[in-house]
Amino acid sequence: MTKSELILEIAAAHPNLLIKDIDLIVSTIFDEIESSLAQGGRVELRGFGAFFVKNRKARTGRNPRTGDAVDVHEKYVPFFKTGKELRKRTNSQMDEA
Amino acid sequence: MQTLTRAGLIEKLYSHVGLSRSESAVLLEEVLEKIVSTLEGGDAVKISGFGTFSVRKKGSRIGRNPKTGEEVVIEPRLVLAFRPSQMLKNSVNEGMTKKVAKKD
Repeated sequence: MTKSELILEIAAAHPNLLIKDIDLIVSTIFDEIESSLAQGGRVELRGFGAFFVKNRKARTGRNPRTGDAVDVHEKYVPFFKTGKELRKRTNSQMDEA
Repeated sequence: MQTLTRAGLIEKLYSHVGLSRSESAVLLEEVLEKIVSTLEGGDAVKISGFGTFSVRKKGSRIGRNPKTGEEVVIEPRLVLAFRPSQMLKNSVNEGMTKKVAKKD
């Protein structure tokens, strides 16, 4: 499912709202998560999961093709940890199968 | 830095979109629920510019209880994975690098 399909499905349940408003809602949700993370913040959505930022220290890496040493700068990467309820729900398909 | 939760997101929807707080809460919940139920169905959810949520099958393997050293069979299971998009990675990395640089 893509973002636009998600928007259309939500819109189908809300005939009183314009698609462009649903688009704004969905976009706002992800934009806010992004800007919170960009400032080092944590986003916690109970039952869904938590987004946070991990720090990767600078290290000396290797070009796998040539074997040359290259400096890799320190960087920050976004991370998602699945919430308990969501983990249970995705895994429950396994029990049914 | 404060943690962003449902309440914070609802407040943003209220001020950006012009829906009431209760409508904002309902819509937020529906968006999350739609993502969860899609994943539950085994389908991935791709949010362009943000990232992809997908479900991965893990086969059964022999693990070890780290405390007792006992061998245990880890049953096959489904795990959820989130892959951030390059855009999200860039904005997090650039935002944090700037923030850290300011502090020094």
